[in-house]
Amino acid sequence: MYRYIFKRVLLVIPTLLGAAALVFVLMRLVPGDVCVVRLGSSGGTFDPKAIAQCHAELGIDRPVVIQFIDFVWAFLRLDFGTSMWSGAPVTTEIWARLPISLEIAILATVIAIAIAIPLGALSAVKQNTWIDILVRVFAVGGIATPSFWLGIVSLLIVLNFTSAVFGTPWMPPIEYVPIWQDPIRNLAMAFLPAVTVGYRYAAVSMRMTRSAMLEVMQEDYIRTARAKGLINKLIINRHALKNALLPVVTLIGIEFAFLIGGLVVTEQVFNLNGVGRLFVQAVQNQDYTLSQALVMLTVTVFVVCNFFVDLLYAWLDPRIRFS
Amino acid sequence: MVTTTRTLEISPDDVVVSRAPWTRRLLAFFRRESLGTFGLVLMLAMTATGLSAELIAPYNPTANDFGAMMDAPSWAHPLGTDQFGRDLLSRIIYGARTALIVGLSSALVGGVVGLILGVGSAYFGGRTDLILQRVFDVLMAFPLIIMALAVVAIFGTGVQNVIIAITIPLIPRCARVVRASALAIREVPYVDAARALGYGHTRIILFHMVPNVMAPFLIMVTAFVGQAVLAEASLSYLGLGVQEPVPAWGLMLQGGAEEYAATAPWIAIFPGVAIVLSVLGVNLFGDALRDTLDPKLRHR
Repeated sequence: MYRYIFKRVLLVIPTLLGAAALVFVLMRLVPGDVCVVRLGSSGGTFDPKAIAQCHAELGIDRPVVIQFIDFVWAFLRLDFGTSMWSGAPVTTEIWARLPISLEIAILATVIAIAIAIPLGALSAVKQNTWIDILVRVFAVGGIATPSFWLGIVSLLIVLNFTSAVFGTPWMPPIEYVPIWQDPIRNLAMAFLPAVTVGYRYAAVSMRMTRSAMLEVMQEDYIRTARAKGLINKLIINRHALKNALLPVVTLIGIEFAFLIGGLVVTEQVFNLNGVGRLFVQAVQNQDYTLSQALVMLTVTVFVVCNFFVDLLYAWLDPRIRFS
Repeated sequence: MVTTTRTLEISPDDVVVSRAPWTRRLLAFFRRESLGTFGLVLMLAMTATGLSAELIAPYNPTANDFGAMMDAPSWAHPLGTDQFGRDLLSRIIYGARTALIVGLSSALVGGVVGLILGVGSAYFGGRTDLILQRVFDVLMAFPLIIMALAVVAIFGTGVQNVIIAITIPLIPRCARVVRASALAIREVPYVDAARALGYGHTRIILFHMVPNVMAPFLIMVTAFVGQAVLAEASLSYLGLGVQEPVPAWGLMLQGGAEEYAATAPWIAIFPGVAIVLSVLGVNLFGDALRDTLDPKLRHR
């Protein structure tokens, strides 16, 4: 296993370095001079001295290779510089918004798993029945529905329902309160966004569970279990589902990293001040330091998630680490 | 000496499978894949709507009518009007064209570039394959919407830039899948035969390998159309995609849709339904195509 871990770490490093190089190059492809954009945002005129000073401040007057080494070194120290828009350290900006996004991501994962595994397994066991068709349509619907539209519609439903039942319309709170301070207010804020993001996540995982279950149900050991007279419930729970969950675990891990993409849009719908919304604001305000830090953060989360998923997979299925 | 004669029995079904005309195979697809057929109908409806927008849209999609702001659905405006009095049905019809342009261009360009890189990577193998695979690893570490946002941050908004932003992340995804199929084809004797005949790399890749990876390629491209339509809608909703006055479904859900959701819910509902139906159509057709082209999944 240690050998496998070592080999996987060796793959993670070039991927992260490559991603850093790509982000570095992309941000330098921005048309025009970053300093002209920065100084021009105030609307006044600026002299070449101010531009040169800005170049020196950002360190872009030095050779590109040195700039790249500096960029990677700063990233390793979690020093992303200051936001070009607010002037605050990028780490502070991200740190302040991380808990809300992280909570929605975890809640969405819990909701997705709670829906996907039982429904996916049921769909496979009841293959080609009306239950199967219903579950499949539900899953395909989840993949086709944009999360932001689902968010708007769910808000509309909550608004009309509370208005009809209680007389006054109710909207989920938008201010973040830690769960240990006010659990009800916290969940009232996070639940709808988590369901909105979790639906697509559940749909993808449900399809994978169904497909993996169908494959496993055709295996010889399932036939053997049936031949020796084992009851269906035991065959499904103990033999089929356990083995079918391997690819599902992988998918759940990968999709967790993709949740960040979903959050970018969902936080906008629910007016939540999370990392996703910060990203959109950074792009809108042409805040390149913040944008590059957020892209690198997302990629790192994705690569690290993939790494742990691979380790988990290798731990669960010894054939992987010995191949 | 006893002589035995054996007759080769060929069932009519065998002949049908191998030599059936495309019309009969299409009919068999319709019979077997009812959900896929429904998806195809939705896709064709979206395409026809987008292509004939000028002919079927009852109003100019960008014309404001301040006397009919936020009108509920009626005979005059079947899907109602938005906060500027623009006819929603006309905007949705023209929005189909935008979705079609972005969806098809991104999927086709991303798919074709991915196809060439994937097959090339498998064909050349060795160091070329190793380098390309690491590049794909890096590109695939960026979730689609994040990569698209990064590209928009650099090149700016607008239809063309949105197409570029969505195309780039699709390339490695297609290349990965196609490469896996092409690796198996590389070992097949006819590729060796082509090499022995002195054919060039381009000819072998384009005429001998590419046609044989068409099944996974078509499945991927179909899935990409749906993903691209969703990504375009998301970017436009964020205000970073298609810009006003171009009618686009995601853009229609921005601003007014949320603000007036309680008083004029049709502004929020109908553009979303259009997105769901079009992506649903593409996905259902893609699933059916996969089941048809991949025999292992046919009976599932």
